[in-house]
Parts: sequence; structure tokens; C-alpha cells
Amino acid sequence: MTHIDVTVDGITRHGDVEPRRLLVHWLREDLGLVGTTVGCDTSNCGACTVLVDGRSVKSCNMLAVQADGHEITTIQGLADGDEWHPVQKAFKECHGLQCGYCTPGMVMASVDLLSENPDPTEEEIRNGLEGNLCRCTGYHNIVKAVATAAAEMKGASA
Amino acid sequence: MTATIEPQTGAIGRPIKRKEDARLLTGKTNWVDNIQLPGTLYVHYVRSSVAHARIVRVDTTAAKAADGVVAVYTGADFPEQAGSTCVWPVTDDIKMSHYPAICTDKVLYAGDVVAVVVATDKYLAADAGDLVDVDLEPLPAVVDMEEALKDGAPLVHEGFGTNHCYTATMPCGDYAAAKAKADVVVKRRFINQRLIPNTMEPRAVVAAPSVGMADEIAVWTSTQIPHVLRVVLALLTGVPENNIRVIAPDVGGGFGVKLQIYREEVLGLLLAKKLGRPVKWVETRSEHMVASHHGRDQIQDIEIAATSDGTILGVDVKLLADMGAYLQIITPGTPLLGMFMYSGIYKMEALNFECTGVYTNKTPTDAYRGAGRPEATFAIERIVDELAAELGMEPMELRKKNWIKHEEFPYTQIAGLTYDTGNYEAATARAMELFGYDELRAEQKARRESGDKVQLGLGISTFTEMCGLAPSRTLGALKYAAGGWEHCTIRALPTGKIELITGTSPHGQGHETAWSQIASDIIGVPVEDIEVVHGDTGRAPLGMDTYGSRSLAVGGQAIKVAGERLVEKAKLIAAHQLEVSPDDIEFKEGVYSVKGDPEKHKTLGEISWAAFAAHNVPDGVEPTLSGEATVDPQDFSYPHGTHLAAMEVDTETGKVTLRKYVAVDDCGVQVNPLIVEGQVHGGLAQGIAQALYEGALYDADGNLLTGSMGDYLLPSAADLPSFITDRTVTPSTTHPLGTKGIGEAGAIASTPAIINGIVDALRPLGVNDVFMPASPQNVWRAIQAAQGGAA
Repeated sequence: MTHIDVTVDGITRHGDVEPRRLLVHWLREDLGLVGTTVGCDTSNCGACTVLVDGRSVKSCNMLAVQADGHEITTIQGLADGDEWHPVQKAFKECHGLQCGYCTPGMVMASVDLLSENPDPTEEEIRNGLEGNLCRCTGYHNIVKAVATAAAEMKGASA
Repeated sequence: MTATIEPQTGAIGRPIKRKEDARLLTGKTNWVDNIQLPGTLYVHYVRSSVAHARIVRVDTTAAKAADGVVAVYTGADFPEQAGSTCVWPVTDDIKMSHYPAICTDKVLYAGDVVAVVVATDKYLAADAGDLVDVDLEPLPAVVDMEEALKDGAPLVHEGFGTNHCYTATMPCGDYAAAKAKADVVVKRRFINQRLIPNTMEPRAVVAAPSVGMADEIAVWTSTQIPHVLRVVLALLTGVPENNIRVIAPDVGGGFGVKLQIYREEVLGLLLAKKLGRPVKWVETRSEHMVASHHGRDQIQDIEIAATSDGTILGVDVKLLADMGAYLQIITPGTPLLGMFMYSGIYKMEALNFECTGVYTNKTPTDAYRGAGRPEATFAIERIVDELAAELGMEPMELRKKNWIKHEEFPYTQIAGLTYDTGNYEAATARAMELFGYDELRAEQKARRESGDKVQLGLGISTFTEMCGLAPSRTLGALKYAAGGWEHCTIRALPTGKIELITGTSPHGQGHETAWSQIASDIIGVPVEDIEVVHGDTGRAPLGMDTYGSRSLAVGGQAIKVAGERLVEKAKLIAAHQLEVSPDDIEFKEGVYSVKGDPEKHKTLGEISWAAFAAHNVPDGVEPTLSGEATVDPQDFSYPHGTHLAAMEVDTETGKVTLRKYVAVDDCGVQVNPLIVEGQVHGGLAQGIAQALYEGALYDADGNLLTGSMGDYLLPSAADLPSFITDRTVTPSTTHPLGTKGIGEAGAIASTPAIINGIVDALRPLGVNDVFMPASPQNVWRAIQAAQGGAA
């Protein structure tokens, strides 16, 4: 067992984990943060995407021990209290989700995409979300949601 | 008749943002994998690595001794126990397989289960799984359907003496006579390839003795069919039905793959009962690829006969349908769900249909989005394009000449279905306008003349489908074991809140929002005051669940009738309390007032409390206020539409680009256009993915070559364009809401549109078909073959 200290959604968490334990399993099963989902076992689907020090990471593709000393944001810590992040709002507004299983990862990847590129073209959004799979929406409304969030965030910061 | 879209005053027809989203966007979800009960044991399945083998020995000694292991079971521990069953024996002489919960003598596909490990931890269960020593004596595998039917082929089920499962026929009209009159006969073989559904949420099962209920076992499972599953679990295990509670909490996508009875559900129930503790299993994605059923997989031989002026006389269809190794819930019936649809939207005098189901050493097939209708639509829409090419006619003109005219509805087509309503002219005109059809034809001509290496093709799909499964008597006539009704109870709670209990079981479709909209209009309560309860046989005991675009078409009717019954009862109570005759009560927007004296009124909240207290209800009226309805649909309904795809094909590399996609669908009245739009998009993505990207591939030994998301190409956002969509509205006349289904339409329509577009682009090169998925390799090979080169 290895001891880790990780800030998750603003709270410092301590854990003793097997070196092989995946970050996503630590989040879901040890911390009970089940908002982050697991969709594959080959790092393809991106459902488990979280932010590590502000950058999107597939949490099935990182060991819990590697998160030691870092700051993680999950879908459960994205909103500011009851005030949703603009990306969350835009996904609802644009019907950018159906079953919702890919949504946590899709939202977190979109947040990272917009932090890197606040004014993306449709092509940039599509390429930027290439690592996140959705089976319900055909991506049409996800792309629309990200563009909507970008416009909203730009307006807010102007 | 196509109605103009009236401005909506009620909730029905409004693009209300979904209720479901609040929890889904903040991670406050309830997936099966989130359920963490005290004392849970973790289940790991040990699966066969080969497609066909005799089980020599399964040694569990080392696994049993491993850290954290509570039990290890093999087939010997559950002899004769079925892990799944087929409820649709489609012919009298069908050969029905036994699907063991755990294999005892042989394994029949790569992924078949040979042992089950139960341990205190998920990782330890998997570790111990690796210690189960499985000695298999490989047998020759049968992978190809045509090879499987040859004499001397290896047998999947030795007891049958053949791999032939069934042959179903449906001769409608006299095809031989129709063909004899024909000037042109076109015949093609289409391969409708095997697909792997890949819901984003893998399957998962938690089973546990219910707290405080001595004999009840609760089974949480990621399923589309909690009600059907409860019945079948009781039948398969002998556990009394009234001791089984099935719960489908948040379910992350279905597409047919969760319309199933799975061995992991059967064994979950049995293990929880045997061990007296909660057990949990969560499918890995790679496991999903082999252990959850696949879709499609048909060889379609289709022939069309027509006169030289382009009048279609008849269609002859012969299918080979791959069952895989076992029959599951509706494996043999799935190809037959398309049986009636091979004439598409066209008038003709004969349709000859024959389907042969074949056993192979592969994962079983079953329903996948559209289930039989995408295959039928693909075949008819492809062959109509081929006929147009043969006749030298513009393909849309050929369609217009043969389709059912809007004034001819209701129309009884050649297979005996009565299409309720439709307006193919209107949908097509709108689609062609949005597409810029004539301009694209002109561009195509210019590119052909200039010899551009990137050619342009226009892909057409004018389709209809049958949805709203189904009148129970029809299902009975087709030998299906169960009925097609749906149930709804609407309860006005004493505090005035509304509980709408539905038998449908959503997995992304937004029933909580849409059902609230329907009920809101009928009982006059705001959408937000209605709580929709679903997917739990303990709280919603009656239902037939969600598949086949049936939930709104059938379940919607039940909501309407239940709501009307609630209003009728509320009127009786209001009249009694206001001391007038029920005929003198006027009901509007949740208020029951005396006609001509609106000051005298009762609200639904007042009436529901009065009905609960029951101090003063009229004689003959029972206490409490609710409306219940179980509705058996009168008939199917038939959504339709026109889809157009502009395909660019690089004739040197085979690379295909989907430049523009227009979908004009007609699903009758739309309860929530936002949700309808989303359903169309998702269907398009899956249908386009069949045409361009997806395909399950096996090697000659029956190994799945596309066994992970790394190998099976699911499209990402970068692989698809934005879609141009619109709707025409031709209300259904088979029921009072006027709605039709929309969940499968996109997947049904889009596959032939894409392939027709590719073939249209390459027609001058002599290409008349392209294998799916139309990867650069498959397109390049088609071009080379047509040019007489080495392909």
C-alpha cells in the first residue's frame, strides 16, 4: 500500500492504495465519487475524464499513486455550489446528452478544450473531443453545446 | 394529410429542456455500478478463449485458495441451468438451443462462460479468474453461414445434426407471375455486416437479498426490460416471481443490446440467493464485445422486377441470418421484424420473402437499433437505386413513380400491413430543397465531365418503418410468447403532487420529461409537479418495457387514458362536494368548476386530499384518486422520411467524405421536438457508422478480431458532420395522440443513403456495390474490381 494525498473537488483526501489501483477506481470506490463513469478498458472512450491540475486526463489511464500531490476536479466538483459551469448549462440548453453516461467525461474534456481554445471553430471542437465517445447524440448537439458555452464564457469575461 | 404545425398552448409540442439532465450533468446519477451495498461480493466470469471446444477439465483448486475468494463455480454446480432463453420460436420446426448459464460439456463461442469466481474485491476476483485452469480441446469452428449449411460442416449443436436453425417464408402475391411480366430484373447480394452495439454504459448486475424482506432478491441491472426480465428470471430459475424485484436505475444506452436475458442476470440472482449476500458484476468493454449480443449479420439476396417504364412489379428476398451460437430472447425473430418491410414505401404486386437462420460459433445476434427494419430498408433502397441505374432513370424519379401517394392512405401494402398515414411527397420536397438536390446533380455532372479524381454521389433513402410493438394478437399470430400492451398509473397524492407510474423503461430517451408533458396537458398539472416512476418492478409493477420505438406510440396511449380516467373520477368527487351533477362540472387546467359559476370550484389538490381522507366521497366512488390504464395498441404506426447524403469519393485512394446530410423525418405529432431531434441525430450516427466505420470481424477460427474499442471503430465527433434536419407532421391515425416512433428512424434510413451515395459517385467507373463498412480499403477494392484490376 502506498499513501497518497490528493485534493479532489477542493477537499484534501488521503488514501492508502495498491500501486496498481486505477485513479478512477480510487475516486469511485474508495471516495464514493461515482459521478465519474467507466466506459472502456482501453483508454478509448473518455467517459472517465477528469481534470488533473486543470488539464483533462482519462482517469482510467492514470494510477491513483500518480495523483499524489495533485489537484483533481470531477464532474461533481465543477459547479460553484448551485451555480453550474457554463459548459453544464450549455449541455442542458442544447440537449447535448441523452443517456448521460459519457456526459461527465464529455463535459470535463470540453472544459479543458475551452480553457485552451476559448473560441474554437466547429472543426476544432470536433477534433478536440475526438478522445471522448458518445453513442446517443451523434455529437451534433454536443458540438453545439461547446460552441454555446464558448460564446457564453467569452461574453462573461468581456 | 400533413398538418401544418399549430402553435402549442399546452405542454405537448414544446421543446422543454429535460428533467433528467440535472442529475446527469452533475454526477448525481444512479448507474448500477454506483450501487455499493455493505458486504458486497464481486463476480468475475471466466470465459472461453476459443470459439468451439470440448471442455476437458476446469480446475478451480488454485482459484479457490486465492486471496479473497469466497467461491468458484463451474457448470457442474449449475447443471441444466439455462442462462438465457428465446421467447420467439418463429416456426413450428425451429431448432431451439439450450443456452447454459455455465458451460458443462462444450463452449460454443469465444466468450462463452466456463467458470464464475466470487471474491471480496473486484481486483482479487479477476486475479483468481486467471488461476482457474481451463483445459479445452479445440474443435473446428464454423464461422461462415454458407459453409455452416454445407454437408460435413462442423456442428455447433451436435444434437440437431445440422446448423440450420429455421426457414421462415412469406409469399405475398405471385412473384413468378410478376417476374414473367417484367422487362427488367435486377439481382444483387448485399452483406449487412455484424455490428456490436456498444452502449456507453457496459452492462452491470447487482443482486442482493432485500433488506427486511425474508425471501425477496432484488436485481439491479442495466436493462431495457425489467418487467420481462422478472418473468423470465422466475421461469428460468424457479425462484418465485413474487420474490424477485428487478430494478433498472439510470441506464446508459440500450439500442437493443439491453433488450435481453443474460446469464450474468440469471447467475446474479442465483448467487445472491445461494450466498445470502449482495453480488456485483460490471462488464468490461472488452467483455461487452464478446458477451453482449451483436446485431445485423445477414446475407441478403434480393431481386426486383419492373417494366421498362419503371413500374415495380415485385421483389424477391432470400436471407441468411446468422444466429450465432445460441438463440437468445428474440434472436430468430429479429430478421423477421423486417419481413413485412421489404417492399418499403412502394406499391407492387408481389413480395416473396424467405429467411434461413443459421447457427455459427459466434456471439449470439439479436435486436440492434431497428432490428430487422434497417436490413430491410437497406436492401430495398439499395436495389431501387440499382434498378434506376439499369433503367437509366433518375433514382428519385423512379421512387416517385412507385411510392404510395399521400391521398392513398390508409394503404394496405403487399405484405398486408396497413400504413396509417404518410406524405412521402412532402418530406421529399422539403429534403430536396434543404439539400440543394438539383445543384448537387449539376455539380456531379461537372465533376464527371472534368474527370475530377474526387467524384460526387447523391445518396437517397426514402423509407418507412413499423413501430409501436405491438397488438398482442398480432404478436400471438407470429408465435411471440408475450403481448404488446403498455401500462400507466397516474396517482394524485394527498398533497397534490402527481406520481406517473409507467411500464416503459427509458435509457436516454427522456421519458421523465416527455411523459410529464403528456400528463400535464391531460390532468392540468405543471410539468414540474409530475414525478415519473419507471424501471422498478417494485414501484411500477406492470409494463412491457422499452424497445422497437414503442414507448411513446404505445406507452403514450396508456398515459392519455390513465389521465382521462383520473379526471373523470376527480369530476365525480368535485361534483359531490360542490353539490352539483357531474355533468355540470367543467374541467380546465387542473380546476374543476361549476359551469356558469366558476367561483364554485375545486382544485386537483383539494380533490386528491378529499379522496385520501374519504370523509365525503360520493356513494359508489372508491377512496383515493388515480387513473390506471393498460392499453393494447390497435395497430402499428409508420413513421417515414426522406434522407439525402452528398458523398465525395476519392477515386484514387477510396477515401469517402460525407459532405452533407439532410434528414426530413415524419414521426407524426411531436411531444418534445428537442428530444425528437436528438433521437434523429443519434440514429443517424449509428446508421452512418454501419455504412462507413463499424463491423465485427472474425477470423476463420472464430476469434473476434475487433474485440476492443481499439479495434472496433466507433465514430468520434471528428468522424461525423453536423446534420441538417427537419420534420413534416402527418399524425398517426391508429391512436388519439397522433404520435409515431422516432428512436430508430435515423438508424434505419441512413445506412442505404450513404452507400447509395458512394455507389452513385462511382457508377461511371462501373461500380455497383461497395461492402460495408465503406472504408477506403473496401471502396478502393470495389473500384479496382470494377476496373478489372487486381483487388
